Amino acid sequence: MKSILPPLWATLIALAAASALIIAVGGGPLAVYRLLLAGTWGNGYGIGQVLFKTTPLIFTGLSVALALRAGLFNIGAEGQLTVGAFATAMVGLHCAHLPAVVAVPLALVAGALGGALVGAIAGALKAWRGAHEVINTIMLNFIVRAVMVGVGAHLFEREQIHTAPVAASAELPRLSRFIPGLHGSAANASLFIAVAVALAAWWLVERTRAGFRLRAVGASPDAAATSGISVPRVQFFALALSGAVAGLVGANFVLGYKHYYEDGFSGGIGYMGIAVAVLGRSRPLGVVLAALLFGTLSQGALAVNAVVPKELVDVMTAVIIFSVAAAAPSVRRRLEAAA
Amino acid sequence: MMHTILTLGFAAAVIRITVPYALAALGGTLSERSGVINIALEGLLLIGAFTATMGAYFGHGAIAGVLGGVIGGAAFGALYALLVVTLRGDQIVCGVALNLLADGITRFLLKATFDSSSNSPRIDAWGDVGTRLIALTVVLVALFHAVVYWTPFGLRLRAVGEHPEAAASLGVRPARIRWVALLLAGALAGLGGAWLAADQRQFVAGMSNGRGYIALAAMIFGGWRPARAAAACLLFGLAEAMQIALQAAGVGVPGWAVQMLPYVLTMVTLAGFIGRSHAPRALGRIDDT
Repeated sequence: MKSILPPLWATLIALAAASALIIAVGGGPLAVYRLLLAGTWGNGYGIGQVLFKTTPLIFTGLSVALALRAGLFNIGAEGQLTVGAFATAMVGLHCAHLPAVVAVPLALVAGALGGALVGAIAGALKAWRGAHEVINTIMLNFIVRAVMVGVGAHLFEREQIHTAPVAASAELPRLSRFIPGLHGSAANASLFIAVAVALAAWWLVERTRAGFRLRAVGASPDAAATSGISVPRVQFFALALSGAVAGLVGANFVLGYKHYYEDGFSGGIGYMGIAVAVLGRSRPLGVVLAALLFGTLSQGALAVNAVVPKELVDVMTAVIIFSVAAAAPSVRRRLEAAA
Repeated sequence: MMHTILTLGFAAAVIRITVPYALAALGGTLSERSGVINIALEGLLLIGAFTATMGAYFGHGAIAGVLGGVIGGAAFGALYALLVVTLRGDQIVCGVALNLLADGITRFLLKATFDSSSNSPRIDAWGDVGTRLIALTVVLVALFHAVVYWTPFGLRLRAVGEHPEAAASLGVRPARIRWVALLLAGALAGLGGAWLAADQRQFVAGMSNGRGYIALAAMIFGGWRPARAAAACLLFGLAEAMQIALQAAGVGVPGWAVQMLPYVLTMVTLAGFIGRSHAPRALGRIDDT
């Protein structure tokens, strides 16, 4: 119970802050929130779009959360997902002669490896050179951005900012094919992959020896080292794994939606992963729920844009993160004092 | 080719690029020397650019604009201090959130004020405030370098960043020092934002465009020392201006390779491959002192 209170409070504080902004620009908060709900959970298309926007947030949220469980801060999901989605697209477009059961996993493995590669650089520098992963993952985001400019010049379609489309066998189906009510929305089968990865993450962290070592290093690197755990190895693998999960984002956009990699497709999903992980308390179930909330807000932004600027939602997101981050230590102190 | 580089125009381009880096990096240095990680520099620059634009627009003058930038930056610095020093929120999380907030609220207010999702109207009130801001930047770098190394406040700042418990036992109040450092960091980065707004004569959504992160890189590359951080900014500004000049001259240097240079250099430095760059020991850790 106590673990869900801060996120609830945070959401309430964010609603209060947003209400103040809405009133400041001459709108009615309740009308705006009604519009937000109607445009998201109020119809099939809205629900589909929410699910579509939730999917990548599950991946990036899990990515950040996994690293956090090992005591590491991965600010680099943005760069990792960029390389991963690009790798997914490049492998996907060479899968013309393969059946879907081979093509899709192959493209996803490529994405995971691409993301893992970027994560592993920060991981290796942290583990064996003691270089702070926060700075290095930020730097890597910008290095990836620069490199993609160079890569894009060679590998994008002529006069375009995207790659050639992937083979039909590597495409993931839209959910509207099975649930007609979602018609027109971009929600696709990658949602199930995201949920499966969340389950796998839970199993890995809570039920395996590797997960135990991960949590031990996260709780106290010194204590972990004393009990014989190789802290550098755990840190390296944690950041590589974190990158791999972020690298799966291409499943949603590349395989399930546009069918190609497009420059700037992410629009900050990697950074949002931090919000998702923090609000979700770095627990897989929490991450999925937090991703749903932010997915709703992200789609809801478009629904309210006619009445108030859609950036209202960014402000709400920031306030939610502040509130959770600032509440967490004081809550912890209070619990310790009570014990 | 040499002569394109040795012109006054080129020197001016280098300085134009360097000024906002230097001001943000200076702010970052003060903040981190007090033990507070500051990845919010990007947001502070952006907020400064916005409030400076509002100041210049509604105050009809460059002075109101510069003040607007400084005050807006300091206000966000205060918010950051409240979150991470007083409430002891996580510095990385709050820094990321502050950047998101800056981006969101400036776009929101831009639309609410000027009914545009991309930019403010052109503001001519800025005049030629630029040259004065360049001079001010040089003075501020020298001043804060001196403050950090040769004043009692600087000694306390460094002590709090290295060993807050020891500083506290000598009667220094870490929280108070950190508040001052973060207010200064906000004001300095806000001034950097004012430069951007004055230089482009308008506010453009997202106009900080990663400069805060370059400043962060320069701060680390400069080993958390004000003068060296500013020198690193100059180096990064030089590389960027050179790339633009070479591109204009049709020389085939891939722009992306130059773009990633600051980040690669920073990672190499941080990993200790070319000399060690020592972070303040208490960086990122706020205890009950």
